[in-house]
Amino acid sequence: MKKDRRLPKRFLCVTASAAAIALAATACGAPDEEPGEELPDWAADCDTYADYGSFDGETVSISSSIRGDEADEMTAAWSSFAECVGITIQHEGSGTFESDMRVRVDGGNAPDIALFPQPGLMFQFVDNMVPADADTQAAAQEGWTQDWLDYGTVDGQLYAPPHSANAKSFVWYSPSFFEDGGYDIPETWDEMMDLTETIAADGTTPWCVGFESGEASGWPGTDWIEDAVLRESPELYDDWIDHNIPFDDPGIVDAFDRVGEILLNDDYVNGGHGGVNTIATTSFQEAGYPVADGECAMHRQASFYSAMWPDDVEVAEDGDVFIFQLPGDEPGDAPMLFGSEFVASFSDDEAVHAVRQFLASADYHNLRMTTGSWTTAHQGADPENARDDALVRAVEILHDETMTSRFDGSDYMPGEVGAAAFWTGMLDWLGGTSAEDVTSNIENAWPSD
Amino acid sequence: MLGLGLAAFILVIVVLLALAELVAKRGSKALTAAVFLAPVGLLLGAGLVVPAARTLGLSMFDGSGENFVWFANFQWIFTDSGAQIILLNTLLWVVLTPLIATGIGLLYAVLIDGKRGEAIYKSLVFMPMAISFVGAAVIWRFIYDHRGGTDQIGLLNQVVVWLGGEPQAWLQMWPWNTLLLIVVLIWVQTGFATVVLSAALKGIPAEIQEAARIDGATPWQEFWRVTIPSIRPAIIVVVVTISIASLKLFDIVRTMTGGQFRTGVVADSMWFQAFRLGEAGRGAALAVVLFIMVIPIVAYQVHNLKRRQEETR
Repeated sequence: MKKDRRLPKRFLCVTASAAAIALAATACGAPDEEPGEELPDWAADCDTYADYGSFDGETVSISSSIRGDEADEMTAAWSSFAECVGITIQHEGSGTFESDMRVRVDGGNAPDIALFPQPGLMFQFVDNMVPADADTQAAAQEGWTQDWLDYGTVDGQLYAPPHSANAKSFVWYSPSFFEDGGYDIPETWDEMMDLTETIAADGTTPWCVGFESGEASGWPGTDWIEDAVLRESPELYDDWIDHNIPFDDPGIVDAFDRVGEILLNDDYVNGGHGGVNTIATTSFQEAGYPVADGECAMHRQASFYSAMWPDDVEVAEDGDVFIFQLPGDEPGDAPMLFGSEFVASFSDDEAVHAVRQFLASADYHNLRMTTGSWTTAHQGADPENARDDALVRAVEILHDETMTSRFDGSDYMPGEVGAAAFWTGMLDWLGGTSAEDVTSNIENAWPSD
Repeated sequence: MLGLGLAAFILVIVVLLALAELVAKRGSKALTAAVFLAPVGLLLGAGLVVPAARTLGLSMFDGSGENFVWFANFQWIFTDSGAQIILLNTLLWVVLTPLIATGIGLLYAVLIDGKRGEAIYKSLVFMPMAISFVGAAVIWRFIYDHRGGTDQIGLLNQVVVWLGGEPQAWLQMWPWNTLLLIVVLIWVQTGFATVVLSAALKGIPAEIQEAARIDGATPWQEFWRVTIPSIRPAIIVVVVTISIASLKLFDIVRTMTGGQFRTGVVADSMWFQAFRLGEAGRGAALAVVLFIMVIPIVAYQVHNLKRRQEETR
């Protein structure tokens, strides 16, 4: 998964201003609220950051795939910290983060800190990475359960604590649409398929889907497959992402077929956009919009999609759109897929360690939730700080240790597979290549060692 | 910084000239030549020869650049089904683009030759040359855009809808998507072909054409037997230039499809393998294949140049 692009809003603004500057001024003029404006008092008080030491005008660079409003919100969350301890934090968000990092690390020009959405990709650079120091480790251990820390650990050494976390196995729907149609939220996968059929029979295309995401096109599809594999069985899922079984195992092909019942059926997709052949070219940011217009009933996307709705769409259980958990095969057993970014570092500088320690603190995670739509698995973070009801629910689920949950498989797999072959494989599959051929192509791309 | 660089540059030139002066006084022509060639040789070595040798070396190593794998990367290029598509696409590009772009350019040049407003016609077709490949790709991506239903923003699909057809996802249908991408490069390059060939047409001596007409040649015969042979060198230059441009084509594919939907070409997947997947060996092997594919074109060009020099002598 990648949760970086918040471009469409901007892009639309640019297009709109070309067409009608007056309209654009009202629609896209000032952001509704300046990020950072609503920070609590304790955040601006420098005593809060006394433990981090003080630095004299040092600069720490952070690279990530986070751009646009989301980047501004992130910068706002650490602004007081940076000011108080005397560190200038330079954040640079890139749309081609994955390839940039390789060039920069190989060229000896790595940023001080990089936020990797994919641990699989991150650990290709482990030789150049600097482990977390004792303070950061302490903060991380306080903040996350061991399961979470394990994703950023190699050979017992913690390299990269998590940053944001997203709960991914959600379906966005319109409460009023469901009420008007007399539809109930499905408790099991079978019920969901029945509901899909009913909605289609009633004349609405039930699902809207979009896989387009520039260079990363196809990743929303990997989330669908991962959810399906997890519903086949969690053991199968673990074997699959660790490559104990080949990618083209019959169980995985079954998962493709399970998803294919929805995604490859022209009667079930692509509400508001067209047919199956529009999935690959519909941008993932805009894919769910027809839900708010009643042209599509359901959109499977992570909690972070909350930030992508147009401004006039209200996210609430009694609002325009809301979420339910993608059901499992048994009632009450809905496994959850989650993703995260990891804070890796390429510099052993004291100031860099201080920033890393702050990024692992409960203070930062609480602040970050107040500056924008954001979710985290940090135990010290209060779910009530999240921006809307859907995000509150997502944070609660991320804190719930009793839930069957797994890390996003494609991000966990080696970069050659999880950030390349699996993505393009999803597009091939939509284009008519059989699940057997797609999975065996991806299997061939798995690095041999 | 800039001042320092300029000063260093001037210093190097002064030293070089002084050195040449010294050597020239001793009267050795070969030595003087060597002094002037040395900087060029040095820069060529550092900027071209060494990287080329290193690429050649890397192409026989695996992704990490640590294990020697002989020709495994080349074997991958010629046996992997994905890589085969890339070779096939590249072949389509390099055969179709120069032929069609030169053909249209020549036809256009002949049609507007000597007409009123020729300069305007020429600048019209030359204008796309002023647009960068990425810019052209963005424009054409809008033209090919596909939406479900009847509300299209893509010109091509809107035309299809007007004619009563179903909108198509053009850029997802192989091999049509590659052909549609080729159209973009043709659109950009036709202007270049027109301008060069039009200039060549003006260079044909009027006496030859007159003589042909007096001998009773039809316009068709005149075109094939007089015009074409007279501008043959210009045609070759145009074809070779466009061939090389299509061989190393990267921007259009990257911008329009990102190499997805089986539209990848060698230059694009070279970058993808090396910098996205970290398969430096495969990337280098693709670079070598690209290099080998350029060789015959360059060799042909050099051969032609030599022959012309001999003819004019």
